[in-house]
Amino acid sequence: MQEQGTEQKGTPVGRRVVLGIMGLGAAGVLAGRWLSEGVSDVVASTAPGLAGVIPAAGGFRVYTVTGGYPGFDPATYRLNVTGLVQRDLSLTLDDLAALPQTQMTKDFQCVTGWRVQDVPWSGVLLRDLLAAASPEPDAIALRLTSFDGSYTESLTMEQAVRDDMLVATTMYGEPIELKHGAPVRLIAAPMYGYKSIKWLDGIELGRKVEPGYWENLGYDVDAWVGQSNGRSDEPVV
Amino acid sequence: MSLSSDSVTVDPLPRFTTAERWVHRSLGIVMGVLLVTAALLFFPDLGGLVGNRPTVRLIHEIAGWVVPIPLLLALLSRAFRSDAGRLNRFRPTDWEWLRSRDRRSGRIKVDKFNAGQKLNSALTLGAIIVMFGTGMVMFWSSLFSDSIRTGATFVHDWTGVAFALLVLGHIYMAFNDATARAGMRTGSVPLSWAQREHGAWAEELVGAKVSDSLPGSPPPQQ
Repeated sequence: MQEQGTEQKGTPVGRRVVLGIMGLGAAGVLAGRWLSEGVSDVVASTAPGLAGVIPAAGGFRVYTVTGGYPGFDPATYRLNVTGLVQRDLSLTLDDLAALPQTQMTKDFQCVTGWRVQDVPWSGVLLRDLLAAASPEPDAIALRLTSFDGSYTESLTMEQAVRDDMLVATTMYGEPIELKHGAPVRLIAAPMYGYKSIKWLDGIELGRKVEPGYWENLGYDVDAWVGQSNGRSDEPVV
Repeated sequence: MSLSSDSVTVDPLPRFTTAERWVHRSLGIVMGVLLVTAALLFFPDLGGLVGNRPTVRLIHEIAGWVVPIPLLLALLSRAFRSDAGRLNRFRPTDWEWLRSRDRRSGRIKVDKFNAGQKLNSALTLGAIIVMFGTGMVMFWSSLFSDSIRTGATFVHDWTGVAFALLVLGHIYMAFNDATARAGMRTGSVPLSWAQREHGAWAEELVGAKVSDSLPGSPPPQQ
């Protein structure tokens, strides 16, 4: 190629565009915390469906660790409560529905930073479920398992009997979707999202807290929002 | 200078060197991997089809690290640097071309790259830099405050959405012009296509060829 005369080279618009985008990007990183909350608020009040399609608009992100979402048969599904209990439970979905139902609306805060505001859940308080099984006095820890075969979680008995620990069967007034943990998931509202185990099918009471799947990968066992994992998020109340 | 009938001897015109085509090809493959894995990571219903998020994430991260390699290697190519310079510079005819309704008619003689291609390349480079930078913040998230992490995720997500649309637009434009695609595949384009789509560039090249054979002719600038 031959050199053009300076007067014919034109203005470096390309460079300005690139630098402009870099500047916007840097500003976005600095202001992103407020911007993303703003976007979530605007989306929630104008086009709530969008967050279900584009997670960046304030929706859930889903972290699969297995080869997809595990399927289940509603007819054969059972939630088993075992271990240090006076009465082993093996509950069908109908059994769960027959227990006292509790509703609660809570923010859902992920340890990676995203937060979905005001998610309505309903189901059975973990406390009520445990009461039905009559725990032994020396049962001080819960081990929760998922029928995806990989996901496990843990709680202390003290944490489990709080009034914001829900064995949830509905979300936004509908049966929980498969990707969100159908048919039954835990909602450990005051803790980071990884404690809210999906596809819940087993609760075993014992004498020792065994770290769950994510805790074995380095996350805190006592996962209070804003007071663990080195994060300073606003607590979920 | 105007084209004369004997200028068809330079048909087809060399448009992209082998090095440039390989840069485009390798960057395209890496971008494809990034966009597909990004879609799996981003959309829960898509991600559920394959699951295995840690693996998908690892592929996405590796591809992200690979992106600068073809771009940096490209700088070794004189032809690439020359084309990058052309893409950077907007001339008055570029603004006129963008504003005109008959921009595809060939009335305004455009350079080797039209204004849309110039804008696309600048937006693409800017997006790549932003995606790479915010991607690194997300990769080394433990080194950054919650606020910076959230900000980087926010920018990475939304720039990614915009960038995906830009890439889809780029593919759509190529889809509608088989000759342009062949130009990137084989490296050369027919003179007739160049005269219609890139009139000023065709004159420049043809003029250069003619002036090579005719030492007495004027220089090939417009």
